[in-house]
Amino acid sequence: MDNHPLELTINGKTYKTAVEHRKTLADTIRENCDLTGTHVGCEHGVCGACTVIVDGKTVRSCLMFAHQAEGCKIRTVESLARGDELHPLQEAFIENHAIQCGFCTPGFLMLIIGAYENDPDITEENLIEVLSSNLCRCTGYQNIIKAVRSASGGLLAIGSDADA
Amino acid sequence: MSENITPNATFGKGVRRLEDRALVTGRGRYLDNLQPQGCLAVAFVRSPHAHATFQSIDTTSALTMPGVHAVLTIDDLMPVLTGRKLIVGLPSAAIELEVDRPILAGDEVVYVGEAICMVVADTRAQAEDAAEYVEIDFSPLDVVSDCSLAIKAGAPTVHRNLPHNRLAAFGFRYGEVEKAFSSAAHVVGDRYEVHRGGAHSLEGRGVLAMEDSLRGVLDVWSSTQTPLALKKALCELLGRDENTIRVEMPDVGGGFGPKLVTYPEEIAVAAASVLLARPVKWVEDRREHFIAAAQERDQIWDMQMAVDADGGILAIRGSMIHDHGAYTARGLNIAYGSGVTLPLPYNVGAYALDIEVVLTNKVPTAPIRGAGQPQAAFVMERLLDKAAGVVGLDRAEIRRRNLVRSDQMPCLKPLKLRGGTNVILDSGDYPATMKSALEQSDWAGFQVRQQQARKAGKFLGIGIANYVEGTGRGPYESVSVRVNRKGVIEVVTGAAAMGQGTETMIAQIVAEQLGGDLSIVRVKTGDTDNPLGFGGFNSRQTVTAGASAHAAAQKVRKLLLQMAGHILEASEDDLEILPGKVAIKGVSERCATFGEIATAAIGLPGFAIPVLDKPGISASEQVIINDMAYSNGSAVAEVEVDPDTGSVRIIAFTIAHDCGRMVNPKLVDGQIIGGIAHGLGNALYEKMIYDATAQPLTTTFADYLLVSASEMPPVTILHTESPSPLNELGVKGVGESGVIPTAPAIISAIDNALAGWNLHFNRAPLSPQDVYASLRSDSKGERA
Repeated sequence: MDNHPLELTINGKTYKTAVEHRKTLADTIRENCDLTGTHVGCEHGVCGACTVIVDGKTVRSCLMFAHQAEGCKIRTVESLARGDELHPLQEAFIENHAIQCGFCTPGFLMLIIGAYENDPDITEENLIEVLSSNLCRCTGYQNIIKAVRSASGGLLAIGSDADA
Repeated sequence: MSENITPNATFGKGVRRLEDRALVTGRGRYLDNLQPQGCLAVAFVRSPHAHATFQSIDTTSALTMPGVHAVLTIDDLMPVLTGRKLIVGLPSAAIELEVDRPILAGDEVVYVGEAICMVVADTRAQAEDAAEYVEIDFSPLDVVSDCSLAIKAGAPTVHRNLPHNRLAAFGFRYGEVEKAFSSAAHVVGDRYEVHRGGAHSLEGRGVLAMEDSLRGVLDVWSSTQTPLALKKALCELLGRDENTIRVEMPDVGGGFGPKLVTYPEEIAVAAASVLLARPVKWVEDRREHFIAAAQERDQIWDMQMAVDADGGILAIRGSMIHDHGAYTARGLNIAYGSGVTLPLPYNVGAYALDIEVVLTNKVPTAPIRGAGQPQAAFVMERLLDKAAGVVGLDRAEIRRRNLVRSDQMPCLKPLKLRGGTNVILDSGDYPATMKSALEQSDWAGFQVRQQQARKAGKFLGIGIANYVEGTGRGPYESVSVRVNRKGVIEVVTGAAAMGQGTETMIAQIVAEQLGGDLSIVRVKTGDTDNPLGFGGFNSRQTVTAGASAHAAAQKVRKLLLQMAGHILEASEDDLEILPGKVAIKGVSERCATFGEIATAAIGLPGFAIPVLDKPGISASEQVIINDMAYSNGSAVAEVEVDPDTGSVRIIAFTIAHDCGRMVNPKLVDGQIIGGIAHGLGNALYEKMIYDATAQPLTTTFADYLLVSASEMPPVTILHTESPSPLNELGVKGVGESGVIPTAPAIISAIDNALAGWNLHFNRAPLSPQDVYASLRSDSKGERA
């Protein structure tokens, strides 16, 4: 199992590293790029804690090899806040108590942001369906849904410079 | 509540959590985010057999694999261990068999997933690769998978050298049970099977250990709910003094019970780190959580209830079998808790329950959110539904007639807690709580809704369940409060945070006394420097740590006022505490800052400390509260059942609850809704399935279903606050409340939706297949 050179673009920054072909994007983001905000909850593509945005699409980074993401624009939870200023969805998560242990939170944030970027007018029904892609054991989801509702105006505003 | 409340009161407010900013920005310090230089990774070689012996472990091939540093068996670890077993069970005279977990299995494995040896390599992937090359010559033995079979005479034994599988037999008995049954107008009963499943915090367990040779200290980080218990076990098993081991609890990605138990893996990883003189880390993956983290599985209850002609409960009797798993990881607490809980919300004249705690060849059981209480509530509420039917009463009415009344409070029950103290329901108005849930859910108007829906071809049902949750397990938790030279309020506690907002809760209680500015409060949870404490379990911390935080903050308040009085040359009566400072009342610019006060109180060499008996603005408290504070509530579920598929949809869910005074209503709501989601899983989805050879079959989230956003119904929460008289704040715990009544309320609603079939579902979880099969096997019923 040899390491092979790899260049990843994450949150607008280039990371040069070398990993085995079998190494997942999730593990590479965490271990080789030191971006530990992306969490690994099941490693079989169900819980969604590892959700990141790759070329505008939300993906489960535990189901993608790092080498597959070469040349793509990857965004993780670390991209959301601008300095001390939180993203409106992060604000809404805090305000609506949509976080308890916080382990699933980065995955939910990226899932929701990806969904709104793809469909700014997403219906309530589709939103719930999207949210059901990820698992949270703490909150019972109600406050996550509340947070999304309260932030959806603010979310649209940031859609334009999303890949910056 | 003390009258010393500052104007900027924080207690009772739904303030934002102190924890959240780091968590939303990806800066949480979870165990697997800690990666010291040169850290090695562990993969455990686990048993593929539910029961087998083995003679040898051949590590030759594994040791040649890339990146491998060591492959360690129990014999390899023994040079740094004082014993081969981890002994952590709570004591009980009823325990007949000693089955403590080995650190690593020696020559027998008794469940699938039991750790046998550990591969230590540069990376986890390399360790897992090499683990496949460890050869173990297993000789499989007979297996017991089902606890009801394990108790039968002649059953194979879970451990080859034990005479039988009955770990313990005990029970509860009060009143004249047989007399009550012989005189009863009606007797109802059934066999109930209740399953809880796994905890499934999104973050698994994990531990990191590294020796710091500069300090001569072994540093251990663990994703645990009880760092103090881990420290105690490490000191014992590594033969070290308390000051040479430091246990830290990083951010914990959910607990829900199993992380309260100290695990063999935590000891093994620490031992490997000492042995190899390297940082060593192991992180539980999801499959390991499914097979090696404690579960709370089956209880089988054969129960009868005797009622009079008016539906009054005369007596309850029966027996219960509790699946203990293969080892003792905690003790008899779950089964004991079930037995105590069953009659609690109601006036039950006589009670007899025989409990058998039975070993099976499965992973050990330990508390999962609710810890025995959900099973007890399920059985009690199902019996009441059955009794209501026989007596001809509305299901809510039979409950109203039997609930403990407010004029009985405090209500001494003829039962004892596991430590021997009395069970005393401390406060609350249970009938009023139920009434509010009934009104909110329009229980009275449901029949009309049901009939209208039926005309449209829909099968709606409604169900109710009451609960009492024992919270605030004593005896105490430590909290110390100190104001530092910068004016920051530093709080350190043994209370453990695993997502509930413990830091915020404690900060609110402390700030309430000290000027109300949460931004200057820093809370460190999970402290292990002070050996006095226990950690997070049993919905205990708001009560125990809350009481200590309140007492310590009051002392600090007094010290601040004393020293400020000296600095400002004013009487304490003329002072008030404002955010970050103490000022002359009404003249806020004439003040001393917390920093100035703390600096004065620390003193200077050779100068007398003014006013104070002791230097420093600090206090440490361990308020002892032995009795438990009982929260209560009532849940109403409204469901739609599709008889053609057996599928169940929750249309609405109402919960009226009373957890005493609420420190933060937002956090209380969060705990309740999260508990309901877990209870919904217990009602309809979550089943940890084993085959007859005790092979676990549901080891992914694709097989074992957690509730997602789609399944969650809208939840309405109603609060009542009956202060507990047991602590000065009047608080009670709430962490497990939501989970307790949810399954019985939903199953009752399913019965009700299918009233035409006259069914009485007697188990949980209930899958669509179960519902579908019952509708077709029941020949008596006819479609309404």
